[in-house]
Amino acid sequence: MSAVRCIDLCKTYRQGDQDIKALDHVDLDIPEGDFVCLSAPSGGGKTTLLNAIGGLDVPDSGEVWVAGRRIDQLSKGDLAALRLAQIGFVFQAYNLVPVLSARENVEFVMQVQGIASGPRREKAMAILQEVGLEGLEDRRPAEMSGGQQQRVAVARAIVSRPALVLADEPTANLDSVTSGELMTLFVELNQMHGTTFVIATHDQSVMAYARRLIKMLDGKIVGDIDQQPG
Amino acid sequence: MNITSRLAWRNVWRHPRRTWLTIGAMVFSNALLVFMISIQFGMYELMIDNTLKAFTGHLQVQAVGYKDDLKIRQVVPDARSVAERLRSELELETITVRSSAFVLLSSEDRSYGVQVFGVDPEYEPRVSSIPGLVREGHYPTGRDAQEIVIGKVLARNLRVGLGDELTLLGSGRDGSFAAAVAEVAGIFDSGVTDMDRSIAEIPVGFFDDVFYMEGASHAVVIVTPDLASVPGIKSRVEASLPINEGLVVHDWDALQPGLKQAIQADISSAFFMYGILVILVAFSVMNTQLMSVLERTHEFGIVMSLGVTPGRLGTLVILETGMMALAGLLLGALAGGLVTLWFTYNGFSYPGMDQMAANFNLPSRFYPQVTVLTLFLGPAVVFVGSILSSLYPALRLHWLQPVAAMRAV
Repeated sequence: MSAVRCIDLCKTYRQGDQDIKALDHVDLDIPEGDFVCLSAPSGGGKTTLLNAIGGLDVPDSGEVWVAGRRIDQLSKGDLAALRLAQIGFVFQAYNLVPVLSARENVEFVMQVQGIASGPRREKAMAILQEVGLEGLEDRRPAEMSGGQQQRVAVARAIVSRPALVLADEPTANLDSVTSGELMTLFVELNQMHGTTFVIATHDQSVMAYARRLIKMLDGKIVGDIDQQPG
Repeated sequence: MNITSRLAWRNVWRHPRRTWLTIGAMVFSNALLVFMISIQFGMYELMIDNTLKAFTGHLQVQAVGYKDDLKIRQVVPDARSVAERLRSELELETITVRSSAFVLLSSEDRSYGVQVFGVDPEYEPRVSSIPGLVREGHYPTGRDAQEIVIGKVLARNLRVGLGDELTLLGSGRDGSFAAAVAEVAGIFDSGVTDMDRSIAEIPVGFFDDVFYMEGASHAVVIVTPDLASVPGIKSRVEASLPINEGLVVHDWDALQPGLKQAIQADISSAFFMYGILVILVAFSVMNTQLMSVLERTHEFGIVMSLGVTPGRLGTLVILETGMMALAGLLLGALAGGLVTLWFTYNGFSYPGMDQMAANFNLPSRFYPQVTVLTLFLGPAVVFVGSILSSLYPALRLHWLQPVAAMRAV
């Protein structure tokens, strides 16, 4: 079954008096459990595609299917529910809530899901341990390094065991060592839990971890390569 | 405390100075409202009490229709027995009978139309302040004494003094001609020109003889221990009245509609000013929350991308406002309560007030009335106003698009 399916997806932005085609008739099928990298230069359309798949942005035309459900016509509330239950996001800039500790950031999503405080806390502690942040649970984002913050963001993204994790330039602000550690963590999570990963990047070292590399240029898919992860 | 509450609490303290300024505005307005409303309610009670104790009383038993048409025929039969029974049943000594007629009052030189009251010299001083306002001479001591007490202005108009004789000409209860001569025993000075010019008092026995009342009076006047006890005592008096004699019990707001209207008018104007104060605070809160929402647009975009609905974010904003407003309410009520409490014991006055108060037979200091209502009415309105003012910033979140929000700096 497809984790993600995009059919003839188009999205145009207006910039000044110019129309920019961010997605130009994109067709894409990502099976469940896949580990995919979207590679494109800046402005190539990878973030727009991720946003469309995550229901954060509505395409001008075409269809987006996630876990067998068409999402491009869902209401705001249904999209929020879908993201809450099925999709985890990891952003370039970590984007943690600054006034919450690492554990609270992870717990926050579960609280919105309505999970009781006991199991919620237990799960948060377990996931933070899994991403290597044991002992740092009570630190706030400002008290952690970039790598640690991104691990918290990953923990937050996967704590509800979503079927799909969308990561937008997750290593852009990390050094090469931390970047490698994060990608290893992604691979482990993909292998352990069968979570589908779609990672937008233009970092060659990140692409090396992917089993499938989709290349984009000017909103079009220009290459779709199966590769042996390095 | 769940994470949403914790998040709201910590968001409130992201900018402590801004939060304290907003809470400070609430505390100041709340304290001011508590003080002003307490003073206002205390003054009303004093006004009502003094006005009613001056003459009207809190309750009056009258013949049906007498209040609106002061005909001498509309009487309470055997009024002194009714008063006596009520004194005994209610265990209240502040009950008296009072009769009234319109007469032409003449001195040697001049004549004036006045309302003359037949009063019981034994009980009248317990229900009315006029006996205590007699500045010259004395209040009549016997029920049948042919004496009259008049106001200072009337004495001046009639050009009479103590010991002078005045002639009363009017109609008796049976429609006959009523006339008598009375000696000026006392002159009162209430400070209220209308009262000092237009009323006179004679002993009730003398009044009975002159106007052929045959033991009847026009009112049984009752002064209750306080305003709060009026409804209870009214019910007991109603239950105690003889059936089928056409009697009715009026309470003070029916007897003195002008007093209630004056208070209502004062409340309206005062509450208009309080409303402006609340609106100013509400705008200050709206400004704070709007700024707070705008500077967190990016963050809101992130949490929306995680699946948090705009409704939940709106609730968060309202919760943050609620926390500030609650702090403002508690601190404001505390500060206002403490200040007002001090004045409750020490009284409130301003230069020149003692002279003015003496003219109206009022005490020279006002004592604010601290009750749960005066303590929390203003702060509760500020609280609600603050919550309402946060609805706009909260509603703005409904139009927020995650992608656009995340692009915000």
